[in-house]
Amino acid sequence: MSPPRRRARRFNPDRDVREWKGAYVPYDILKEAFVAFLAVAVLIVLLAVVFSSPDDAAVTLKRWSLANPVDFAQTAITELDGTSATASYGPPYNSTPDAAQHIGFFEPAQWFGVHQPIDTAHDFVIYPLSTLVNQPTVQAALKLYENAPSAQQNAWTTAYEKAVGNATEVGGRLHVPAGRYGPVGVMIGTLTDMSQSGGLDGTLLSEGQFYNTNYTKPLLFIADGTYLADLAQAQNLQGPQWGMMNEAGNYPGQAWLWLYTMWYQVPPMKTSTNADLEVWSIMMVLSLGLIFLPFIPILRSIPRWTRVYRLIWRRHYRELAGA
Amino acid sequence: MSIDTGDRAGTTTGTSAAHAGRAESRQWTARMRRAAESAFPPDQLLPDRQPAYMASWIYVFGVLTVVSLAWVIITGCILAIMGPSWWHVSSTGHFVNSLHLWSVEAFFFFMVIHLWGKFFMAAWRGNRRLTWATGVISFLVSVAAAFTGYVSQTNFDSQWISTQAKDGINSTGAGAVFNVLNFGQMLMWHIVLLPIGVAIIAGLHVLLVRRRGIVPPFADTAHDTDGEVAPTVAPPAGEPA
Repeated sequence: MSPPRRRARRFNPDRDVREWKGAYVPYDILKEAFVAFLAVAVLIVLLAVVFSSPDDAAVTLKRWSLANPVDFAQTAITELDGTSATASYGPPYNSTPDAAQHIGFFEPAQWFGVHQPIDTAHDFVIYPLSTLVNQPTVQAALKLYENAPSAQQNAWTTAYEKAVGNATEVGGRLHVPAGRYGPVGVMIGTLTDMSQSGGLDGTLLSEGQFYNTNYTKPLLFIADGTYLADLAQAQNLQGPQWGMMNEAGNYPGQAWLWLYTMWYQVPPMKTSTNADLEVWSIMMVLSLGLIFLPFIPILRSIPRWTRVYRLIWRRHYRELAGA
Repeated sequence: MSIDTGDRAGTTTGTSAAHAGRAESRQWTARMRRAAESAFPPDQLLPDRQPAYMASWIYVFGVLTVVSLAWVIITGCILAIMGPSWWHVSSTGHFVNSLHLWSVEAFFFFMVIHLWGKFFMAAWRGNRRLTWATGVISFLVSVAAAFTGYVSQTNFDSQWISTQAKDGINSTGAGAVFNVLNFGQMLMWHIVLLPIGVAIIAGLHVLLVRRRGIVPPFADTAHDTDGEVAPTVAPPAGEPA
């Protein structure tokens, strides 16, 4: 009984190759790697010596509140009344309704839910103030605020938000016009003092522990203000300035993120409230497309059609033509 | 099972040896060794000759990518030994950080050129699709590794990049477990998990290149017709048809 014949498939030039029957030439792979290793060493040493690397100091709550106490106080009141960007962010920080980005029914952030719970009023304002146990005025203000009905709390925070809109800075100190904002003036004023002394940085980070490496809370608080964004604007780091693919100074940054960043510059993502999810979805599809490109008709034929390969293998084709 | 009775010692010894040989041939270790020897004969793993068509500068960018990765790892290890704050307070540390930064930039520069070169060669032809896929995946994992490095710098850049990037990652739901504002978590991803991923996938990619060899040129136009029947057999194990 003859063995079953294996069916030969039709030759597809975008998938198959003919076995190389031509000449072979000597090639010292280890020598090439060693020379390349030294060449790259020279290159990166030269670049490091000439261009160094950026290292702008991190922004602290202390630095922010000293540089711009008005912006700090204006941000702090939005953390207390729940209108800041973080307070209304939605998952994974809180469960603000309809805050999660979505494309139709596709709403992955909502499906995963809250995993880094943050209550901005408590975590950013009330808890830090509660640690000032030796300041009876502050503790009394806190007690008054926390025991008040929510309508009264809203009336105070609304009044303070209006007053702090006209606040001024005198010698690095916050001056807020008088108003009917009850204990909120003492609370935000004390929080500003606490921040200017450096105490708030440690309190937000420590979370009652000695060791901590999770900067989620202080970073979100700082990012809710305009100070960090103004510094970024000056360094051409804002979203419309091709955002995070850049870094401080004249450095190439993450240039390989150009395609990801580009989608944020074009409609409809440019103005969409779901831009992040839309851009990530596009990039996921494109990445999968690149991985599976050898299986995708038309796309896998582009190299053959563009004939750039004739430039790469020009010596080979020249020898073929000569033969 | 054989029993050595003494009077048939020679026969029994031979039977035992045969049994031992069969048992050894079924060993996982022996099977692994045979598979490795079959897949990577020494002259294929470390070849001293290449096809004559390998005559272009574009071929240099693959090895440049690998050696740049080596420098990324070397400089990263020095930074890891000294700790994440060292480079902020030491001029030597800052220089090592600069070496790390520029080796990363070189790595991506060479890798992207290598990738485009391989695209225009249609380097997936001839059962090299897994080689292509591992190359693309190692690029994507490298992007993640570099990103976690940028958010682990503990300076203004890391603050801005992380507070901006969180929105994209949170929108996918990944923010539930991958918190870019958590420095400790990002540092662990940057110096442990993602380098392991890059090393494994890039290593697999290099092994596949050695196993399959470099892709031959397209047939000359005069012979490049879809109707030809290739002298093709079933693809090797582990490679999709």
